[in-house]
Amino acid sequence: MDFSSLITAMPGLLSGMMLTLKLLVLAIIGGVALGTLLALARLSNNKLLSTLAGFYVNYFRSIPLLLVITWFYFVVPFIIGWLTGTNEPIGAFYSCLVAFMMFEAAYYCEIVRAGIQSISKGQVNAAYALGMSYSQTMRLVILPQAFRKMTPLLLQQSIILFQDTSLVYAVGLMDFLNSARSGGDIVGELHQFLLFAGLVYFIISFGASTLVKRLQKRLTV
Amino acid sequence: MHYNWDWGVFFHSTGIGSEIYLDWFIKGLGWTIALSLAGWVIALLLGTVLGVMRTLPGKILPKIAAVYVEIFRNIPLLVQLFVWYFIVPDLLPQGLQTWFKQDLNPATSAFISVVICLGLFTAARVCEQVRTGIQALPKGQTNAAYALGLRVPQIYKEVLLPQAFRIIIPPLTSEFLNIFKNSSVASLIGLMELLAQTKQTAEFTANLFEAFTLATIIYFVLNMGLMLFMRWVEKRVRVPGLIALGGK
Repeated sequence: MDFSSLITAMPGLLSGMMLTLKLLVLAIIGGVALGTLLALARLSNNKLLSTLAGFYVNYFRSIPLLLVITWFYFVVPFIIGWLTGTNEPIGAFYSCLVAFMMFEAAYYCEIVRAGIQSISKGQVNAAYALGMSYSQTMRLVILPQAFRKMTPLLLQQSIILFQDTSLVYAVGLMDFLNSARSGGDIVGELHQFLLFAGLVYFIISFGASTLVKRLQKRLTV
Repeated sequence: MHYNWDWGVFFHSTGIGSEIYLDWFIKGLGWTIALSLAGWVIALLLGTVLGVMRTLPGKILPKIAAVYVEIFRNIPLLVQLFVWYFIVPDLLPQGLQTWFKQDLNPATSAFISVVICLGLFTAARVCEQVRTGIQALPKGQTNAAYALGLRVPQIYKEVLLPQAFRIIIPPLTSEFLNIFKNSSVASLIGLMELLAQTKQTAEFTANLFEAFTLATIIYFVLNMGLMLFMRWVEKRVRVPGLIALGGK
């Protein structure tokens, strides 16, 4: 097999990888933020709030990510149009970003919830006894400890998210996989390009999960 | 933006024979279920063999299974699908290649690729669950079986696996639900399963909200239904006194 055309295609592949990473980082930030809010809602004493958050999580966990990506690709422009009254197209990147954030939030929520629940009840009581409010207790006492405990799990989920970003192929976004596929199509060497893409995904995911495992060992007391 | 709501759209004629749009959804669901079940058979068989391999004494067999798991877990599903659909057929011997590419109906060859892809992808996950299940059993079980004079294949068949499987019903259920959801990638190589039919209906009728809502409801209801059913099964087959997992 001849892999020389991969070198000429490198700039295209690199810009694809940049898009993948940009999507990944923004989706992680948004997903963890939304997921944390959802976890707090799920654990709150307010019945309505916890039911709604529970429904959100169950809903997104029982439909395929690909369905969400396609849905949002068609629907988000409509909703923005209704909200703002304009006809501005927002592009596949942003609709995918919203889809990933909302979808992954359901998974991050479960991790954060387990993390919060693993902190002993005495911590909450002690914080209240010191006169802290709910938000102070969460912000200053519970969440910092919970996040330290769940960092490995959050990272593990983010590695899955990294692999899942390849699904943006469905809406034609030029991420790493799609650049490799189209680059390979152009020069008629699809095999080499796809195998190369698979290898790159493997190295990144495998390397990252090995690091996470090591981190996990160091964090366990 | 203007949008024409019409929830009756599923009963409109597609213009092809006497078909209505609902028929497309039913056909698509049929493909989705066929993909999931066929993939699950491969995943369960291969995953059990790999899971047993990981717990065997010795060095080579556990290592082979571990390498398999790392490879199939660290490459995105879609890349794996492209490999099975675009690359592997070209590597087949000539006769088999012509048969796969020309004699077979395109839907059938896509179906075969997706089933193999989903099966092998999920087998890596099933392997890890089976291994966890076997390792969760007390060591005394294996020792007692040895003491009774059972051989290794018998120990797995008669003692370890029947108990391990009952413990891992909840994670296996979620793996099955994953294969069901993952089967939607078939739409990306042109197989007309549920998601592809939904997209097609949305494009034909311009009633995209209705089409996607129906698809979402179908996925949601089947998922929830199956989960509740498996929870019931899990309670029925629980071994009294054995680790009380998944009692939520």
